[in-house]
Amino acid sequence: MYVAVKGGEKAIENAHAWLAEERRGAPDIAELSIAQIREQLSLAVNRVMAEGSLYDPDLAALAIKQARGDLIEAIFLIRAYRTTLPRLGYSNPVKTDEMACDRRISATFKDAPGGQVLGPTFDYTHRLLDFKLAAEGEVPVAPTLQPRTEATPHITEFLKGEDIIQDEPASDATPGDLTREPMEFPSNRPLRLQSLTRGDEGFVLGMAYSTQRGYARNHAFVGELRIGKLAVEMDIPELGFAIDIGEIELTECETVNQFKGSKTEPPQFTRGYGLVFGQSERKSIAMALVDRALRWEELGEDNLGAPAQDEEFVLSHADNIQATGFLEHIKLPHYVDFQSELELVRKLRREAEERIKPKEAAE
Amino acid sequence: MNEYNFAYLDEQTKRMIRRAILKGLAVPGYQVPFASREMPMPYGWGTGGVQVSAATLMPEDTLKVIDQGADDTTNAVSIRKFFENTAGVETTEETEKATIIQTRHRIPEAKLREDQIIVYQVPIPEPLRFLEPRETETRKMHSLEEYGLMHVKLYEDISQHGAISTAYAYPVKVSDRYVMDPSPIPKFDNPKLEMDAIQLFGAGREQRIYAVPPHTKVVSLDFEDYPFEATKAAHPCDLCGSDDSYLDEVIMDDAGNRMFVCSDTDFCRSRRKAGHKGRLAEENAA
Repeated sequence: MYVAVKGGEKAIENAHAWLAEERRGAPDIAELSIAQIREQLSLAVNRVMAEGSLYDPDLAALAIKQARGDLIEAIFLIRAYRTTLPRLGYSNPVKTDEMACDRRISATFKDAPGGQVLGPTFDYTHRLLDFKLAAEGEVPVAPTLQPRTEATPHITEFLKGEDIIQDEPASDATPGDLTREPMEFPSNRPLRLQSLTRGDEGFVLGMAYSTQRGYARNHAFVGELRIGKLAVEMDIPELGFAIDIGEIELTECETVNQFKGSKTEPPQFTRGYGLVFGQSERKSIAMALVDRALRWEELGEDNLGAPAQDEEFVLSHADNIQATGFLEHIKLPHYVDFQSELELVRKLRREAEERIKPKEAAE
Repeated sequence: MNEYNFAYLDEQTKRMIRRAILKGLAVPGYQVPFASREMPMPYGWGTGGVQVSAATLMPEDTLKVIDQGADDTTNAVSIRKFFENTAGVETTEETEKATIIQTRHRIPEAKLREDQIIVYQVPIPEPLRFLEPRETETRKMHSLEEYGLMHVKLYEDISQHGAISTAYAYPVKVSDRYVMDPSPIPKFDNPKLEMDAIQLFGAGREQRIYAVPPHTKVVSLDFEDYPFEATKAAHPCDLCGSDDSYLDEVIMDDAGNRMFVCSDTDFCRSRRKAGHKGRLAEENAA
């Protein structure tokens, strides 16, 4: 009997109702509040803000709750919301050397002005499950110190005097905006950095890791990693000057990479750069490594054919919202195409069998 | 959903998309890059088509949405609902009554008119993509009209299988210039690409829009000795008896018995209403 896939509308409604129940979980367990997610799952919130390209911890927490903890789904919710927001203007570039650092480390110098500040890091924790947490332990109060009030200079500034590190050419040009213009190749560094900072953490990590394992190795040291809060300023035409419009947390990583020199450049250190919303350490280091790998042409290096050197490959596949959408769309009905393939394969088989048969008869 | 603009997109975005559409119509078959927006449905689920429809819709329009030829498939239902909510336009399942038809994978059987627009959802707009993965290369090939690679592919199909082994998304040449991917419609639908209606193609994830204006020459690629052939299952529809519509093959029981029914649900329903009957029609008086 023919049972067509009817009643799609009812099925969709029911599926959504069931999903809402599953999201809530057992009703006798207390419901998560947005504030709890924002405060206690802050690294997840950071990732959603970074890859969602929208700095709003409350909305990111809401998205995580709505997405049942599926971070890519949460990022998608944020992106879809973000795209509906009017673009009022652009802020001034943030001055990361004025960051109030919670964490600031350098792997290239034992000490430097501003000091090594570990901050709230997982580094050096022993990864042992803490069963006390399961029993709701109170947290011991962390000791405090008066924070530095003066700005913390960038480590790479100290290398600059010697001319031993490649200088980044200053530019007042307005960078492109990949959310407003379609990506075209070859692209440029501002667009690459925009793409990487919102790129999937796992993908960028994998790409960075591949350079460390020899696919276009670029010998990176973490020259500096800093995490902290920064004021965002915006020029207000009516006022004629810039005002603070808010404060954001950022993670910045600058790698110092060995460079043997090329046909055009003397040996000197080069740099890779990562800048990500929130405390997003892994992502910013990975971003810096991939940024450096993508700079081969600009620095006159050889194209080794490594995936991480291939701008079109990296940038076309870094966005997890594009990737997950296209990947998952194959579960939509494709029976019309499948039917035409069925007919084709049947026809080809018929013809192949006819070709084989007379041969067998002759033998 | 009153907090959103008519048809969801803001007017600036619509203007940007309309420009891309007009450029596409001016250069038939050329893929126009556009700054595709994130939509509230996933990439790959029709975001390109939805953006083109949103930029094309007017309050007085009547919208029809089909997926696999059917109005009642889940994603078609979902997209129709989206526009009912955000644009409040009238919707219909009748091809005749629609002014805009958004489709995935099919062209309706009924001949479309000059006052209609059909919007295709496109997953991979680049017909050369699986021959050359790089966009930088394929754009160059299009600009130089360098389509030898495609002909070699078709030739290799013939030498290997005795036939061109592309059953859907069969490449066409538009207006003697651009080779175009007609989206994954079965090649049965290719001859319909020369039509009276405006055809718009939207690829959201890949950020491309292209178009075929009415009465434009569209030729399916082939060879003189291996001419293009629009194929379908060699059966009449088991419900309406049509022998010239594209058919779905439906498995009916554990013994593997099949029936064949029109993929275009509106076409099938209107034929049955007009009294046409197929092999299994009696048991299904609906």
